[in-house]
Amino acid sequence: MQPVIKVSNLSKHFNEIVAVNNLSFTVNQGDIYGFLGQNGAGKSTTIRMLLTLIEPSHGEIEMFGMHLSTHRKEILRQTGAVIEKPDVYKYLSAFENVQLFSKISGGPKLTRAQLLDQLAMVGLQERAFSKVKTYSQGMKQRLGIAIALVHNPQLIVLDEPTNGLDPQGIADIRNLMLHLSKERNKTILVSSHLLSEIQLIANRLLIIDKGKKMAEGDTLALFDPSQTLVELETLDNKKAFYQLQQSRWSAKLQPAREKTIVLKMDKNEIPAFHQSLAQMQIPILSLQPRNSLEDYFLQVTTGNQHVEAFTN
Amino acid sequence: MWKLLQIELFKIFKRPRTYISFVAVAALVSIIQFGLKVDGKMYVDFMLRDLSASFNIEGNVLNGYLVCYIILQLLLVHVPLLITLIAADLISGEANMGTLRLLLTKPVSRTEVILAKFLAAAIYTFLLLIFMAILALFVSMAIFGTDDMLNLKSGYVVQLKSNDIFWRYICAFCFAALAMLTVASLGFFLSLFAENSIGPIVATMSVIVVFTILSTLDIPIFNAIKPYLFTTHMIGWKGFFDVKVNNDNEAIIGSVQNLDKVLQAAGILALHIFGLLLASVLVFRKKDILS
Repeated sequence: MQPVIKVSNLSKHFNEIVAVNNLSFTVNQGDIYGFLGQNGAGKSTTIRMLLTLIEPSHGEIEMFGMHLSTHRKEILRQTGAVIEKPDVYKYLSAFENVQLFSKISGGPKLTRAQLLDQLAMVGLQERAFSKVKTYSQGMKQRLGIAIALVHNPQLIVLDEPTNGLDPQGIADIRNLMLHLSKERNKTILVSSHLLSEIQLIANRLLIIDKGKKMAEGDTLALFDPSQTLVELETLDNKKAFYQLQQSRWSAKLQPAREKTIVLKMDKNEIPAFHQSLAQMQIPILSLQPRNSLEDYFLQVTTGNQHVEAFTN
Repeated sequence: MWKLLQIELFKIFKRPRTYISFVAVAALVSIIQFGLKVDGKMYVDFMLRDLSASFNIEGNVLNGYLVCYIILQLLLVHVPLLITLIAADLISGEANMGTLRLLLTKPVSRTEVILAKFLAAAIYTFLLLIFMAILALFVSMAIFGTDDMLNLKSGYVVQLKSNDIFWRYICAFCFAALAMLTVASLGFFLSLFAENSIGPIVATMSVIVVFTILSTLDIPIFNAIKPYLFTTHMIGWKGFFDVKVNNDNEAIIGSVQNLDKVLQAAGILALHIFGLLLASVLVFRKKDILS
């Protein structure tokens, strides 16, 4: 599959602060690529480097097979973006905003009807001629997306697109992304710290923390029942870990952690594992299967012992 | 580039604050014209009190040309503030709104963006001066009529023939445009370093105030730097109203007494504009957009 974005060893330093540290990843055509990280992890800085708003300190960015540093205009002609808040000209109407940006987005000249269609796609046709300052946050977000799509780009970059939206607004944006991906074959890079949102739409994802890549891979792998992480807490973890090492479960043990023992196994094996623990007379305080993206995200961003488990 | 310029002008003239300057100029010019129309005779008598003792002055002294000169003297000191309101907001205002990052994710070069914005600031400046010229010159000519113009200097008076004045005003307004564009360039440059427009507006005005004080202070230590301060040259437009005289002490029509000095002042202002614009382009091309 042809990569749309190929980032190699990308770093950005702001004086002493390292915002992005030697980051590499690839986004393929047709991907909805989830870009995850806590606040301050370096997501926005990375996205701004992809959009030439920030100059990288080191590393290379290739998009559509071209170097960003030498083919900026050609690449941006095929890219649409909403970065953090959807800030547009509040003293203009939605129609004027879309019209204004359509002129410099590199697409063909659009007629009035086509511009209105663009607004209709995000449900703003009835308020097309109202000043944006009268819009709600959700409407501004939808307008930002209409502007990002006005030149029919191949790649859409959305930085925290659901920030500040109500549940209905979040669902609308999610459905729009799915529509763009499936019906229009767009490649979407979407960053968020709302993991529940990303897991519903992304087919691949990247998790970063403190500017570093923690994991990259297929989202489905995280929900693969054979990849379930089981977290076990006992009265004496050290002794229990030793007992498990001597048992048939030894191959499933993950590197030792301070307060819990972690094993990777098929979800269907959990009852048998439970039985084994009883047979070995290991006193259990808790036993938790963890296979949600959120758990995984918290795990890799608070302690990176198990990153390899999900890295393709 | 042309599209960008159109967009910048569209944005400027869609904002209500743009028209504050035009309303302010209209109000100030009208107030001065009203005052001179109602009580101008007393003003002229006071102005000519020394000359009247020695000369018999006839004709329409308080004519449109003189009124325009008075208005320009008063207003060109304050117009920089009105220019700065727009110029210093062009980059910082967009950074504050968050639209700068959206604009720069489009396939346009940063140099094009900065040049389009600068050209838009220049066009706004010229339009404001043209508006001022129409009100101050043409409306004054209509209200007060035309005649020879008396240009009072310390110790002497220059009498400009009525058929020798209009072109001087054209040149004076062109020079004033250059001076105001220098102010716009400074505000524009300073707006690169801020994410709200208050900072660069205050900074630009502060620079003008400090430089103006330094330009007018007659202290030897400051004399060396005066030629390099743009504020020293901003009043160069007055040079077009100084004429050469012949042996009979009559003004030579079409002459300018110190044309070299006026042109030098214009050149220094142009250099300031070029320098500030070049610096703006270089800074903006390398600037990380974090707003």
